[in-house]
Amino acid sequence: MRRSPLLHLPFWATYVFLYTPIVVLVVMSFNSGKSPYSFTGFSLKWYGKLAGNDLVKEGLVNTLIVAVGCTALSTVLGTLLAVGLARHTRSRLLDALGVLPAVLPDLVLAIGLLVFYATVKMTLGLHSVLLAHTVFGMAFVAAVVRTRLVHADNSLEEASRDLGATPFTTFLRVTLPQLAPGIAAGALLAFTLSVDEFVIAFFTSAPATPTLPIVIYSMVRFGVTPEINALATLLLAVSFTVVIVAQRMTRLTESLS
Amino acid sequence: MLQITGVSRRFGDVTALSEVSLEIRQGEFFALLGPSGCGKTTLLRILAGFETPDSGAVTLDGDDLLGQPAHRRPVNLMFQSYALFPHMTVAKNVAYGLERERLPRAEVRERVAEVLEKVGLSETAGRKPHRLSGGQRQRVALARAIVKRPRLLLLDEPLSALDKKVRAEMQLELKRLQHEVGITFVVVTHDQEEAMSLADRIAVFSAGRVEQVDAPVTLYERPATPFVAGFVGANNLFEGEARAGGLSCDGLGVLPVVSELPEGTAALLAVRPERLRLDEETVTEPEAVTAAEDSEAETESKAETGSGAVTDSEDAAAVTGDEAVADGEAQEVSGDEAAADSESPVDGDDPADEEAVDGDDPADEEAVDGDDPADEEAVDDGEESRGEEATAVPEAVKDSQNAEESEGSEESAGPEDSEVTAGEEVPEESEAAAGGEVPEESEAAADDEVAADPAVAADGEAVTGGPGVLRGKVVDVSFYGGVSHVSVLVAGRSTPVLVATQGATQVQAGSSVTLTWRAEDGVLIPQ
Repeated sequence: MRRSPLLHLPFWATYVFLYTPIVVLVVMSFNSGKSPYSFTGFSLKWYGKLAGNDLVKEGLVNTLIVAVGCTALSTVLGTLLAVGLARHTRSRLLDALGVLPAVLPDLVLAIGLLVFYATVKMTLGLHSVLLAHTVFGMAFVAAVVRTRLVHADNSLEEASRDLGATPFTTFLRVTLPQLAPGIAAGALLAFTLSVDEFVIAFFTSAPATPTLPIVIYSMVRFGVTPEINALATLLLAVSFTVVIVAQRMTRLTESLS
Repeated sequence: MLQITGVSRRFGDVTALSEVSLEIRQGEFFALLGPSGCGKTTLLRILAGFETPDSGAVTLDGDDLLGQPAHRRPVNLMFQSYALFPHMTVAKNVAYGLERERLPRAEVRERVAEVLEKVGLSETAGRKPHRLSGGQRQRVALARAIVKRPRLLLLDEPLSALDKKVRAEMQLELKRLQHEVGITFVVVTHDQEEAMSLADRIAVFSAGRVEQVDAPVTLYERPATPFVAGFVGANNLFEGEARAGGLSCDGLGVLPVVSELPEGTAALLAVRPERLRLDEETVTEPEAVTAAEDSEAETESKAETGSGAVTDSEDAAAVTGDEAVADGEAQEVSGDEAAADSESPVDGDDPADEEAVDGDDPADEEAVDGDDPADEEAVDDGEESRGEEATAVPEAVKDSQNAEESEGSEESAGPEDSEVTAGEEVPEESEAAAGGEVPEESEAAADDEVAADPAVAADGEAVTGGPGVLRGKVVDVSFYGGVSHVSVLVAGRSTPVLVATQGATQVQAGSSVTLTWRAEDGVLIPQ
């Protein structure tokens, strides 16, 4: 059956709409001129300049510290949360509350956390951003792992126990491997979300330790430069890689089970 | 060896197991057989340790089993889904249980190789389960369970996931393995063929209770309860009361069986299809004319159908079946009168009557459709039978006017029932003349009882006399597995009697036959 080419039109239009800005951004990052709006010639000089920007480097390091820490914490806590929700409670309310931080508006979470930190008299810094990111990162991991658990075969755990494994061994040797794809996907999600998270970081970080999004924001305030385009392109490359790896991984593990 | 004593388990309102006691012997291949939801899987899970009974005790070689957690029990379970670990190779799967025992690596490797050899899977040791066929997976699951050398191996529907051919192979394989390893096997299954072919002894479960525990042959030959008689194998069941010479069955007379029950005991007679002797009958005329003889039996069976037909309408109407028939027996009225009479009640605006008419249209219609050929026969078939129903009608209606409440309603068996009797039986018994009247009456807008009653009247008549124990008409003949399966519709009985004869039979659908059996071939089960 041949479909009318007209029907393809909305599909491609959507794609163009989605990716035109990104393509422009990438192209402009290689612009030799200073104007971020008109392409005058190919050059890598903005990438060089970016490498020499200490502010950006500092921001990047801060962001990576937060992202890695938050990913590690979120993955462990989120997985435990998901397993706990699946195994030990029948409450749908608890279930919903477990993943609520993932859908809560960032602003609400940010203000809430700031107030909370102030109440417990916690100093702001990278640790406070890390904890804040863990709050929603954990919720995302829990949500992803939870769906995986729903499809998991209960009898595998029973089989493990039947064969003489203690509940702990069963969890390590059977439950975790089964959940692995979900956990990995959740971890990647938490990582990427943390890297480009702005609102919460803006509220909960100390002025001395800005994360990369905050650095970019402060740079943009004085106008968009091709340097920022270059930075955005690099971030884009990282995101793409992560998404592709995640896809590969889930496909790989799915073919196994 | 395994002693289960008074085990009960409830899930909310549902009783999964109720006071189950069983003894399973060392080295035995034991089957828990029952329809789904009968509690057999719950029992298996209790033995494995995944479920705790509300009460009762389970001991294995004298040791309490219930106090031990699942991973400490010398019991292994082969899951229905096999539950192979997808992220491990076949060898790793099989080794898993041994590793948990912290056995030396060399021994683990040796025992895994040995058991894989035993189930014929040595060459697939390095594969992941998803690359195996269903039969292979089943073997891996089995290997994984027996490699631990449990004292008791539980198998949950071991063959249900396999296709038919592989299933037959695995059946043999299971038996061979059980013989080889000498482990006590307890298999749960809803498939009686599986249970019969595998097990040394079978416990038949129904609604959380053990109905009977016996060897397959005994279970088949001597079912101890009505449930077992109906569940295990094809069977013909007759309800009635024990008499000296057999079982007195409503509408069918006394059926031959060796009875040791006190007279009058309600009992069920079970006769296997292959125990029935089927003879073709050549003469069909006389039975049709015979008038009601076994009046008592007839009345009852009529009452059932009569009320069944009217179930939808009203209690009052249900009674009419009863009354109508009772009256109808003695009367002799000509056919013309009958028609006239049957019309009159319709004119009257009696509510019960109206409802009765509305109540069972389908049954009514079917009766009409089915009877055209019978109609012709009915013409030569003497007046008596017509007269019977004819009187039945007005009487019935009269009664329904008075009666508001009735005990008859208890008997009502639902509209389906009435369709069976009115719709199916009437055409089959068409040569029994009485049924032939139905169309005329229906045209005259007669109510349901008219349609239903004659059908039964006809049934009653067809039963008596003749050399056979039961007489009936063949409704279906099918031949498979080297056996002819003949369904015979016997008057006075709503479900066909099944007969199985070796080889192809000459009997064809539609022919009249007699059914006989030796008294000792029937099994009498007290109810």
